[in-house]
Amino acid sequence: MDISKSQKYWRKNLKYVSILLTIWFTVSYGFSILLVNQLDQFRFAGFKLGFWFAQQGSIYVFVVLIFVYVFLMKRLDREFGMDETQGNR
Amino acid sequence: MGIQAWTYTLVFLSFALYIGIAIWSRAKSTSDFYVAGKHVSPLANGMATAADWMSAASFISMAGLISFMGRDGSVYLLGWTGGYVLLALLLAPYLRKFGKYTVPDFVGERYYSQTARLVAVVCAIFISFTYVAGQMRGVGVVFSRFLEVDITVGVIIGMAIVFFYAVIGGMKGITYTQVAQYCVLIFAYMVPAIFISILLTGNVIPQFGFGSSLGDGSGTYLLDKLDQLNRDLGFHAYTSGTKGTLDVFCITAALMVGTAGLPHVIIRFFTVPKVRDARLSAGYALLFIAILYTTAPAVAAFARTNFINTIHNTPYSEAPQWFKNWQKTGLVNWVDKNSDGTMQYFGDAAGQKESQQNEITVDRDIIVLANPEIAKLPNWVIALVAAGGLAAALSTAAGLLLVISTSISHDLLKKVLMPQIVERQELLYARLAAGTAVIIAGYFGINPPGFVAQVVAFAFGLAASSFFPIIILGIFYKRMNKEGAIAGMVTGILFTAGYIIYFKFINPEANSSENWLFGISPEGIGSIGMLINATVALLVSKVTPAPPEEVQKMVEDIRIPGSTDGTV
Repeated sequence: MDISKSQKYWRKNLKYVSILLTIWFTVSYGFSILLVNQLDQFRFAGFKLGFWFAQQGSIYVFVVLIFVYVFLMKRLDREFGMDETQGNR
Repeated sequence: MGIQAWTYTLVFLSFALYIGIAIWSRAKSTSDFYVAGKHVSPLANGMATAADWMSAASFISMAGLISFMGRDGSVYLLGWTGGYVLLALLLAPYLRKFGKYTVPDFVGERYYSQTARLVAVVCAIFISFTYVAGQMRGVGVVFSRFLEVDITVGVIIGMAIVFFYAVIGGMKGITYTQVAQYCVLIFAYMVPAIFISILLTGNVIPQFGFGSSLGDGSGTYLLDKLDQLNRDLGFHAYTSGTKGTLDVFCITAALMVGTAGLPHVIIRFFTVPKVRDARLSAGYALLFIAILYTTAPAVAAFARTNFINTIHNTPYSEAPQWFKNWQKTGLVNWVDKNSDGTMQYFGDAAGQKESQQNEITVDRDIIVLANPEIAKLPNWVIALVAAGGLAAALSTAAGLLLVISTSISHDLLKKVLMPQIVERQELLYARLAAGTAVIIAGYFGINPPGFVAQVVAFAFGLAASSFFPIIILGIFYKRMNKEGAIAGMVTGILFTAGYIIYFKFINPEANSSENWLFGISPEGIGSIGMLINATVALLVSKVTPAPPEEVQKMVEDIRIPGSTDGTV
């Protein structure tokens, strides 16, 4: 495989990772810790919103983020012909 | 059948299952023993990782911790799940591509240095022993409370079971027993949670019941009611916090990064066939973990509401049966300070007044252990909790023992001290090391060093300040060299260990927020240690030579799933 191709693949991967980690940070450290008191002014069913993010919402978002990454990388692997169909090592 | 008979039956059946699996999945090669031959499917690996990760602490203690901490308990929920995002996006796929057996292996090869490997071996062994002693103790505690056998006997039975399947089966045996253990523990956790949710809110799903109104027809939301109860009794409102924001931030970060840096978790991603399986199994792992972790805070709130409602201002003669049952174990207690024959439960803020003396002491573990009895569930459900607690403790213990055994046989003996040994000998040494580690862990379980509770902060702090930054830099920064890595690891560990040792052992009286650095507790200091590690590593690598050509090639190679030279 030529170098420029693997570099392109890597840059795309880094882009996905930085977007997903930004969401990860915003939800967990932002909504659940730094902004928790501000969000607590709003309600979500019987929860204060900030409390819900801290004890429920963040965890759901984490799960979704990983599966989104799995999906994006599967597509990227296919696009760059790296979908290990023949296995490696 | 009585509770005892049910407990013996279920524990015996689950143990028979684990042993059966161990015999079926014997390890025949070092690859089987270290990484289950890399044949584990992502789904099975997800379950195994979830069981590996969720320990006696997650199963028995976490809901109770949250129940008494309220919103401050979120640090555990966020910290012990958020790390999986880091694992899936930053570590697992690349370490799987690297394809070797252990975390010290990666550190040693990426930093072309036996010194780096040895530092990593020492950290891995220390972290794992710290953790495993607590698991063995957990096994002993479950045995003694549910089966009324001596703690020592309980620990020895647990040791025998783990010895059997870890020594015979290695990673292969451990993986498939962990799959079974996950099923046992999640079933055991969910059944009482669902029943108590129905009891209090009429909602079948605990995660929804958590945000529902109470089933008593008042229309009040459960959490509002709980805030009110807490305030009336002199506790802080359940949905508000008392810890400093920066401290909560740092503890969460240390737990997240520590999770992603724990060797027994990382090593699980070496067992799947492909890079994309490593990503997918991290997703499954977190999904399976999230089932328990989103239920735990609901259980915490249900149990606290129920506890206050049924105990506070109730005459002792009318106390529920479970209270009297658990009083025998010392986990709950009542002292009639004002001799009115009625139980009063008050927090610190109320305790100032003579008329508001707290008479109840509660151990946080009661929340999960007594839950089925509080919800008046049948005996078999109570027995199930015992089997679930044992599954959680044993599965984590086995994963940790494997890290200790591979660190010794592979990294220390094969790679450093005795490179001439053949595979058959290495496998024998791996089994001997696993066996010895079980015995040492059992010894610590029977005679727990007084500081077990304190050293948990150590395990996460060290994992955060040693492995995590070095592995990340090793993958994402090609220019990182051995001088930087070693300097970073050593300063990160010294800083973190020094801070924890000072506040936990040398000067425990000073362990309060006004003396802490920027108000950061010893539990959270690992995140600062991690920053120090990364900064030192980057600075030192700038002024020292770049890593050799073949190492830079290797970094390029692990970044992509296929092969760089086109040969797949």
